[in-house]
Amino acid sequence: MNMLETLQNLLNDSGFVSFFADGGWKNLVMIAVSCLLLYLGIKKQFEPLLLVGIAFGCLLVNVSNFFVDGASSSNALYHPELWSAFLEEGGEYYHSYGHIMANGGLLDILYIGVKSGLYPSLIFLGIGAMTDFGPLLSSPKNLLLGAAAQMGVFLAFFGAVCLGFDGNQAASIGIIGGADGPTAIFLTSKLAPELLGPIAIAAYSYMALIPMIQPPLMKLLTTEKERKVKMEMTRQVSKTEKIIFPIVVALVVILLLPSTAPLIGCLMLGNLWRECGVTERLSDTVQNALMNIVTVFLGISVGATTVASSFLTLNTLKIVVLGLLAFCFSTVGGLLGGKVMYIVSGGKVNPLIGSAGVSAVPMAARVSQKVGQKANPSNFLLMHAMGPNVAGVIGSAIAAGFLLAVFK
Amino acid sequence: MPLNVMSASDMGIGEAGLTAIFGYVVVFVGLLLLMVVLYIMGAVFKSKAKKAEALKAAEQAAAPAEAPAAEPEKPLAPGSAGHVKRFDVPDKEAAMIMAIVADQLKKPLNELHFVSIKEVKEDEV
Repeated sequence: MNMLETLQNLLNDSGFVSFFADGGWKNLVMIAVSCLLLYLGIKKQFEPLLLVGIAFGCLLVNVSNFFVDGASSSNALYHPELWSAFLEEGGEYYHSYGHIMANGGLLDILYIGVKSGLYPSLIFLGIGAMTDFGPLLSSPKNLLLGAAAQMGVFLAFFGAVCLGFDGNQAASIGIIGGADGPTAIFLTSKLAPELLGPIAIAAYSYMALIPMIQPPLMKLLTTEKERKVKMEMTRQVSKTEKIIFPIVVALVVILLLPSTAPLIGCLMLGNLWRECGVTERLSDTVQNALMNIVTVFLGISVGATTVASSFLTLNTLKIVVLGLLAFCFSTVGGLLGGKVMYIVSGGKVNPLIGSAGVSAVPMAARVSQKVGQKANPSNFLLMHAMGPNVAGVIGSAIAAGFLLAVFK
Repeated sequence: MPLNVMSASDMGIGEAGLTAIFGYVVVFVGLLLLMVVLYIMGAVFKSKAKKAEALKAAEQAAAPAEAPAAEPEKPLAPGSAGHVKRFDVPDKEAAMIMAIVADQLKKPLNELHFVSIKEVKEDEV
């Protein structure tokens, strides 16, 4: 055995050498980005359950994946070229999961759950089991606030087209404004998988930044008098109503937009398990164990899509800016909806609950409560804001369903 | 029928604007439809709850008109002839008292009629 030759092979095979190869510096930048995301997740606790996984997935993929002659290195955990072949219509491996399983790395195999839409749907199952739709049932008009707060989705979509993205990509960028991570991942993996990394990171980062993004807009668009409005208690909702609700929503929404079936179907099934009272074990499992397991897979496999060569582009910067605008416009849409309700109700509705229509349960509702209580310390808006908040989940799923129906 | 109304690559700004407006309207229509259904559902449940409340109120209103329920019969003291009412007196003590009274009166117990036996508390004296 020639020791020198072995050492030479080891050196050539090491990632350190690859940093100095063509484009290797990009991997170094992405490793720095992943460290920044880890810092934000761990130290600043920005959506840590997902961001830590995404950041570590980003780290793993950029440490293991160096492109040599257009192909991933042999030890890569994630192979973008396999997924390009998977998406190439008429190609030998078009939609061939077998090819991925046979030739992919660990993260390729985990990514199948994202690509197939499995993980976001399972996350919705858990969200449904964790969500109490009682506040929405007691005041169904809040659904309109959930609809109004989707304004950012469509404005960002329009902005993305103006910036040169194609329709599929623009739809995926727009959905960031829905402030709903699983929905954004679901839609992007179907329409523009090449943008999944930046879109998922933007969506989750902005969701974590809601307490910073929303309050200035809330103060800008409402008067002190409006913020001080104390809302009356809503009616008590019976158990039977709560059981019937998921069945009715599934029927109405899926019949209206069949493309929402995976998300709305899972959301409502999870909620039915929660409310029916005879499936506590299942409800508990999807809320905790399953949710945690899927979060592990989802985080790491989304992180895997942040391959340096495709992430470090001008488009990523555009997505970050458009995502922020989408969030802001969704908040504005919700607040304007709230103001309309304030006028129509003769000053009985506090417009601050409108900003909670951007989904992001329950953080957006907490922000409404906080800002409302600041204006009037005896004000308790949390339960009132939960109505538009959960309506936002349904609203963003409908928006995603519409975009999917138009562009798929 | 799929809704494939346009291909992704040939989208102009005008088309994008129309799609955005149409999409926003679809979200509103979807949630508006759901709102109507929920209001109908809520109205049905509210009327049911009102009916149940009205029935309960009617039952409660009818209750005072009825004669007050008769006081349950006090248990008979063992061994006495006829009925004897006991107030805070256990069986054993009642039997003992009746036996002592019969002995003192030199009469057989079954010829005596005890009306009631009541413990006289110190503070009632």
